[in-house]
Amino acid sequence: MRPFNYSNAGEPATAIATVSANPGAKFLGGGTNLVDLMKEDVMHPSALVDITRLKLADVAKTATGVTIGGTATNSFTANHELIRKNYPLLSMAILAGASAQIRNMATNGGNLNQRTRCTYFYDVNLPCNKREPGSGCGALKGVNRNHAIFGWSEKCVAVYPSDMAIALAALDAVVHVEGNNNVKRTINFADFHRLPGDTPEKDNNLKPGELILSIELPANDFAERSYYLKIRERSSYAFALVSVAAAMALEGNRIKQVRIALGGVAHKPWRASVAEKWLIGKEATETNFRAAAEVELKNARPLEHNKFKVAMAQKAIARALQGAMQGGEYGLEG
Amino acid sequence: MEDQPKFPDLTDAERKVLEDLMPDEMSEIITSGMKRRHFLKLITYTGTSLLATHFIGIEQLMARTTAGAPLPPPPTGIDNGVNVTFNVNGRAQKLLVDSRMTLLDALRERLALTGSKKGCDHGQCGACTVLIDGRRVLACLTLAATCEEKAVTTIEGLAKEETLHPMQAAFIKHDGFQCGYCTPGQICSAVALMSEAKNGEASYVTSNVRQTGKPVKLSDEEIQERMSGNICRCGAYPNIVDAIREVHGDKAVAQVWQFADGTI
Ligand SMILES: Cc1cc2nc3c(=O)[nH]c(=O)nc-3n(C[C@H](O)[C@H](O)[C@H](O)COP(=O)(O)OP(=O)(O)OC[C@H]3O[C@@H](n4cnc5c(N)ncnc54)[C@H](O)[C@@H]3O)c2cc1C
Ligand code: SF4
Ligand code: FES
Ligand code: FES
Repeated sequence: MRPFNYSNAGEPATAIATVSANPGAKFLGGGTNLVDLMKEDVMHPSALVDITRLKLADVAKTATGVTIGGTATNSFTANHELIRKNYPLLSMAILAGASAQIRNMATNGGNLNQRTRCTYFYDVNLPCNKREPGSGCGALKGVNRNHAIFGWSEKCVAVYPSDMAIALAALDAVVHVEGNNNVKRTINFADFHRLPGDTPEKDNNLKPGELILSIELPANDFAERSYYLKIRERSSYAFALVSVAAAMALEGNRIKQVRIALGGVAHKPWRASVAEKWLIGKEATETNFRAAAEVELKNARPLEHNKFKVAMAQKAIARALQGAMQGGEYGLEG
Repeated sequence: MEDQPKFPDLTDAERKVLEDLMPDEMSEIITSGMKRRHFLKLITYTGTSLLATHFIGIEQLMARTTAGAPLPPPPTGIDNGVNVTFNVNGRAQKLLVDSRMTLLDALRERLALTGSKKGCDHGQCGACTVLIDGRRVLACLTLAATCEEKAVTTIEGLAKEETLHPMQAAFIKHDGFQCGYCTPGQICSAVALMSEAKNGEASYVTSNVRQTGKPVKLSDEEIQERMSGNICRCGAYPNIVDAIREVHGDKAVAQVWQFADGTI
């Protein structure tokens, strides 16, 4: 690991000012991603500003929903009564990720900023436009089994690895950030992460020095019917090949509202808006779930080694919707 | 002290076997940290040929230290030094560390607490699991500099004097290890799991996260999911689950093996 200066921030404004003033500086949350990448020399900040002591670690009710702190840990958030009762989809998604130890360390802000697990990105000896702009994308014509089937560019075919963020996408969360000189703004979750286009080195639309203060979850009617399904190579402690966050609200047996977001398929959480549109007003039946999944996956563009993800995602959407229908009980999605 | 035998509780034959097999500092662990009865059971069970590997396991389980004054920093020097005052296993410690030093390296190389193991150094195996302020974390991804004013508990801090932590005792009873390398991490992780269950915390396999009663009753599937952050290359998983089940349920779980004399 390369040398860096470590400091501890007492106030958000100090942390933001320090990171804004130094292009080499980074915020340090739980460190579960950043420290790992620094050991691999994939990232080499010249300064780390520890933000875990900032008072941004609450989960609280607001007039329009619930807000979760940027530095609250993933464990604390997933287990908070307000989240478990009102946003069980978020609890399930967080608990599907990593391990108990890592969730105890990981912060919500850090989770949203975690970087891809593309093996080319992780190996400094291999070409990667995300790590080294202009060096080429090793995965495009290389081993791309774990890569994208939606929204990729010739410059980068990586997928974004977070489970938590897939639920946040389905829940239409809003990210509250603060930049230098107290400039605050909100970013709708759909606009937080980005597709790679010509600049895959940028994972999301945060500006340099901007700190995630909190993430707001609007109230919804999904608590009774939501489900997070994660498909992976072993049954726990592995990243998703494909994951689905599904939530719906019914009127009688008709679908009044539905949200579907996919993980493991794109450079950002992928909202299955084609399937969502198709389902509105239809009966909540397995046949309709399957049909909706099929229309969504028609638009998939798999790479050489990940064609299996198309069928997998299609089945997973139907199963996750079924799980939501069953009331969100783990293992009942069939 | 000089002419006292190394293993006062043991017979000559037992002592001979141990002295041949074990490096010096381990003998102290055995005499002070391990009951003779356990030793005899292990001898009976393993036979001498297996004894050596078993003792590595036992050393991990029982590891204890006097963790006194910190060892000096390496001769290569310290860049971007950070002063850290924290508590380790109930004792205040003050260290000047390189900002790059992980908690794992600080424990092992500066505080001579080598119970916590470096398996992967990348958060993927759990061998370095320790408790910070009572919660399980990975010491290999924790920078030592971030530990200011925190309380760290390692495997060395679990036993009370001569009495093993119930989880340590259960791991021995159920043979929850083979080589023992993952064991300190497994035990720290399992200890934290007990309080998570008591607090009613959920896991991915919890049947309905909306039901928030406490404490949580752990099925085998729950234990497996909640312990999935601790990899065991020897595959001692079924015995680890048995050990945890016993401590969780507070009642004896049948052992998969027994000593020749029928005791446990
Ligand atoms: C072995 C392993 C397995 C894993 N498995 C999974 C999995 O299955 N699913 C999953 O979703 N995740 C998984 N993870 C990833 C884990 O969830 C992330 O590493 C974690 O969420 C990152 O949070 P952190 O606080 O540790 O971030 P850090 O490592 O501290 O920071 C990550 C990045 O975020 C920035 N940052 C941190 N906080 C803020 C903030 N408030 N505002 C702005 N920027 C900020 C930092 O500057 C840094 O660039 C795994 C990790 C490991 C090591
Ligand atoms: S897919 Fe993206 S992250 Fe992976 S090698 Fe290509 S550019 Fe790098
Ligand atoms: S050594 Fe820390 S997780 Fe493997
Ligand atoms: S006992 Fe050998 S790795 Fe677990």
